Amino acid sequence: MRKHLLSAADLDREQATLVLDTAQQIEAALAGREVKKLPTLRGRTVVNLFFEDSTRTRISFELAAKRLSADVINFSAKGSSVSKGESLKDTALTLEAMGADAVVVRHSMSGAPHRLAQWIRGSVVNAGDGTHEHPTQALLDAYTMRARLGRLEGLRVTIVGDVLHSRVARSNVLLLSTLGAEVTLVAPPTLLPVGVETWPAEVSFDLDASLKADVVMMLRVQRERMAASYFPSPREYSRRYGLDAIRMGMLADDAIVMHPGPMNRGMEIAAEVADSVRSTIVEQVSNGVSVRMAVLYLLLGGAEVPL
Amino acid sequence: MTWLLRGVRPYGEAAVDVLIRDGIIADVGPRLAAAGAERVDGAGLVALPGLVDLHTHLREPGREDAETVQTGARAAALGGFTAVHAMANTDPVADTAGVVEQVWRLGRDSGLVDVAPVGAVTVGLGGTQLAELGAMADSAARVRVFSDDGFCVADPALMRRALEYVKAFGGVIAQHAEEPRLTVDAQMNEGVHSARLGLTGWPAAAEEAVIARDVLLAGHVGSRLHVCHVSTAGSVELLRWAKAKGFDVTAEVTPHHLLLTDDLATTYDPVYKVNPPLRTAADVQALRKGLADGTIDAVATDHAPHAVEDKECEWGAARPGMLGLQQALSVVIVAMVETRLLDWRGVADRCSIRPSRIGGSVRDGHGAELIAGAPANLVLVDAAARSVVDPAELASRSRNTPYAGMELPGRVVATFLRGRPTVLDGKAQA
Ligand SMILES: [Zn+2]
Repeated sequence: MRKHLLSAADLDREQATLVLDTAQQIEAALAGREVKKLPTLRGRTVVNLFFEDSTRTRISFELAAKRLSADVINFSAKGSSVSKGESLKDTALTLEAMGADAVVVRHSMSGAPHRLAQWIRGSVVNAGDGTHEHPTQALLDAYTMRARLGRLEGLRVTIVGDVLHSRVARSNVLLLSTLGAEVTLVAPPTLLPVGVETWPAEVSFDLDASLKADVVMMLRVQRERMAASYFPSPREYSRRYGLDAIRMGMLADDAIVMHPGPMNRGMEIAAEVADSVRSTIVEQVSNGVSVRMAVLYLLLGGAEVPL
Repeated sequence: MTWLLRGVRPYGEAAVDVLIRDGIIADVGPRLAAAGAERVDGAGLVALPGLVDLHTHLREPGREDAETVQTGARAAALGGFTAVHAMANTDPVADTAGVVEQVWRLGRDSGLVDVAPVGAVTVGLGGTQLAELGAMADSAARVRVFSDDGFCVADPALMRRALEYVKAFGGVIAQHAEEPRLTVDAQMNEGVHSARLGLTGWPAAAEEAVIARDVLLAGHVGSRLHVCHVSTAGSVELLRWAKAKGFDVTAEVTPHHLLLTDDLATTYDPVYKVNPPLRTAADVQALRKGLADGTIDAVATDHAPHAVEDKECEWGAARPGMLGLQQALSVVIVAMVETRLLDWRGVADRCSIRPSRIGGSVRDGHGAELIAGAPANLVLVDAAARSVVDPAELASRSRNTPYAGMELPGRVVATFLRGRPTVLDGKAQA
C-alpha cells in the first residue's frame, strides 16, 4: 500500500483486492467475539478531522480505529479553532505536533486531503473531499458487491444520479474499473461532467435502458439542484431517474440495489425499494467499518503485525 | 551620463555598439568611440526596446503585504520592462483621479519603471455605474486604459457606453472576458481534468461569448476594444474574424497561457490556480500561433502576487493568479523564439512596440525602435543563459511563481530607462 489513500486510483488491482480480503479476514476474526476488538494498532493515534458534518462516516471511522485499539481523536470543525479561521495548514501543523499516525479527513473542498498530505508525515485517508472522491465508500461498496454476488470481474454496475457532484461516483468508477467490473453511468446530461466521456464507463441518459445490470447504485440527489436548473422539478427527476417498484421489477432476480446514504426517499429511491431484500443499504453500513479497519491496518504498517 | 554598449545585437542581428547620451540613443554603429562613457560589455547580448506590460497587479494601495509598487517595479525592471500598466483592483479601487495619481507617483518615485495606472471602468468595480473616466484621463496620470479586470464588465449596455465614452479622450476598454453566470464557483478549465478532480469548470465558452459580444459592440460603435489575457483557441478565432472585419480590436496573452496547461491542477497546488484558468495543450498551440501571426497583439503578464496564506491552502480557498514579470521574457523565448514562431523583431513587436501603442506609453518614449535619436529605453538579454527559477530569489514580495524549479533560458543583463540603467549585470539599481 501507498502511504496515503487519497483517491481510488491510488490502488491497483492487487492492492484493492488486498483491502477487500483483509476486511474479510477482520470480519471473520471478530465474528462471534464478545469483545469486538483487535490489539493491532495499540499505541497509534488516529485523528478524525471533519470539516464537514458527516456523523455516519465519522462514527464508522471512529469505530474502525477503536476496534483496532488505536487512540482516536475527533477534531471537528465546529467549535474548534478551525471554525475560528485557522487555516488547513495550521491545523496540519497542530496534528503533526500531536504525533498523529493517521489523519482521516472530510472536507467540503476537492483536493483538501492532497494538500494535507503535503504538510504532514502521517498517513492521510480521504473520507470525502468536495465533489472529488470518497475512496473508502467505493471500497465498502465493492466489498458489499463481492459478498452478495461472489465476484467483481465482469459485474455490470449501473450508477444513477448526480454524477457531476458525486464523490461516490468518481471513486466507484475508478475502483470498479480497476477490479474488472463494467460501469454504466446514468443521469440527465446536466448532471454529468464535461469530460465524462474519458472515464472508464459507459454513459446513458436512459435509466429504463440501463436496468440489465447486476448492481444498481442510486446516488443522492439534492432537491436544491433544481434551483440551478439541473432538472425542472423533483417530480420529473424521480419519474425519469428514480428507482421505483416498477423499475425494480425489471431487474434480474439476483440484482442488488445500493445507496451510499443518506437517502432521499421518494426522490431517487422509492421507500419500498430501499426496504426490499435487494437493498444492501444496511449491510453497506456494517461493511464500512470492516473495510475502514482494513484500510487503517494496511496504511499504518499493520502488515508487520498479524491480525 | 553617457553609456557605450559594446557589441550588442539589436533584434538578434549584427553586432554593433550603441551610444546612449542624455536619455537618447545618440548613435548606433560599429566601433563607436566615446570618451568618458561608461562601458557595458554586451558581446552576444540581444538588444530589444524596453518591454511594456499592459497588465500587472501591483497591489498598492491595499495589499502591500503581497506587493508594493516599489517591489513590483523592481521585478519589472529585472524582467526587462521599462513600462507597466497597473490594474485598478486595488483597495481602494483605482476609480478616481486621486487613486490613479497616487499609483502614478509611487511608480515615478520608484525610479525603476514607468507605472501607468489603469482606471476602473465602473465605480468600485461594481459593474453598474461608470467611474469618472474623464477625470482619470485628465489627471496627472493621464489614464488611457480602463478595465474592471478581476471582473468582467458583464452588462452589455454598460459595456457599450464605456466603449463609446472613452473615444472622447482616446481611451480603450480592456475587458476581462468572463461571463459570470457561466463561471459561478469556477475553479479551473472545464474539461477532462476538472471532471476527474471534482473542481467546478470554467468553460472556454464563458470567455468566447463575451469576446464575441464585445467585438460586435466595438465594431458597431466604432470604438477601441482590448481583450485581456486571451486563453482559448476559440477566442483566437473570434479575434481573427473581428480583425478581418476591420474592427479596432487588440488582444493580449499571458506567458503562462503560452506555456502551462490545466493538467497541472492534478497536484491541487493552487500556485496553478489563475483566472482565466490554464487551458489545454491545443489552446496553448492556438495562442502561440495567434501571437505569431499577429491576431494576438501583445504579451502581457497578468503578474498577480499573492500572500502566502492565500496560496498555502485548499485549491477552492486560494486566490487566483501567478507571478509573471520576472520570467515573462524567458517564457516567450521558450514558447515563441526557440520554436521559431517569432524572431527577435517579432518579440520586440509583441512585447514592446504594439503594447506601447495600445496602452499609450508610446507618448513617453516606450516601444521606440533601436535607432539613433530614439529614447533610450532598452533591454539587453543573454538569450542562451539558462537558470533554474528559485522563488526565494525573486524581487516580488510574493512567491507564487508557477515556474519554480523549471530551467528557463534568457537572462536580463541590463535594462535602461530613459538612458539610465535600472538593471546592470543582472542586478536592480535601486
Ligand atoms: Zn483578468
